Amino acid sequence: MKPQGNGHTTDLTDALKGTVMTTKFDQLLGWARKYSLFQYPFVTACCGMEFMSTACSHYDLDRFGAAFPRFSPRQADVLWVVGTISHKIAPVLQTVYEQMAEPKWVVSFGACASCGGPYDNYATVQGIDTLIPVDIYIAGCPPRPEAVLDGLLKLQEKIQNAKQEW
Amino acid sequence: MLDKFPEHIAIEKQLPDAVHDWHTDFGDRTLIIDKNAVAKVCKILRDEHGFNMLVDLTCVDYHPRRPRFEVVYHLLNLDKKARLRLKAIPDDKVPVLPTITDLWPIADWLEREVWDLFGIKFEGHPNLKRILLYEEFKGHPLRKDYPKTKRQPLVGPQN
Repeated sequence: MKPQGNGHTTDLTDALKGTVMTTKFDQLLGWARKYSLFQYPFVTACCGMEFMSTACSHYDLDRFGAAFPRFSPRQADVLWVVGTISHKIAPVLQTVYEQMAEPKWVVSFGACASCGGPYDNYATVQGIDTLIPVDIYIAGCPPRPEAVLDGLLKLQEKIQNAKQEW
Repeated sequence: MLDKFPEHIAIEKQLPDAVHDWHTDFGDRTLIIDKNAVAKVCKILRDEHGFNMLVDLTCVDYHPRRPRFEVVYHLLNLDKKARLRLKAIPDDKVPVLPTITDLWPIADWLEREVWDLFGIKFEGHPNLKRILLYEEFKGHPLRKDYPKTKRQPLVGPQN
């Protein structure tokens, strides 16, 4: 744009070229949040092996800004529920979720966490969404690392496009 | 007719009514023993026949057959690499067996597991409470008359 009325000929856009971007505040916050996800891995079963291999150097979750595990729920942004949740551990999961500070997200990792998986019996919670809200479900028994990365990217897309609380 | 094996004969000498039956089905020598003689038989086998390891202690529910329960003991003689299986049949209504925790300390947890999931009591056990399930749980879920999908959630809906 050109300033008007005082005879200046400086083109502001040209002057700031390459140094400034304009965006919406929500978009900026979403962009910052989606690339700095501290995670709380709530690992209870064999899905944990796939989670570990996804987090390690072959698949490298760190590329997406989501590598840093925090084992205090106070410092975590994403709760990864990785594995079978029994009715005995369910109160613990609920407490961990409640202890996390906003904003927070939950990923349901694998068939057991999503719906009970093969365990339709006295011991197993039939999906963690009966206890806490879930943002992303990752299918598989267990999911391959590619599926985990896909789930993470979908979560980031969701964070980017959400209305940001701040 | 199957020949009695040496441990069987030795037990019968000391406890004439302890052994009800025996067989070698599926490769393991098995004695079906009287429910009141479990601890005595185990002590003889451990002290005089070298069965120094309790490999497993579990239970099977044959409901609706009567008698329904069979508690199974798997013993191993580590020196001779010999195995022996014992079976005891407790009562149906109030199933009670003598504990063997004083013979093999591992029986502590195994008997608690059988109590937790099948509701078999072990008389003389020092700490007979649930080991896997939570205290609020009602009933014993591996009994065949426990409904397959009956859940007792601590939190959340009755799903």
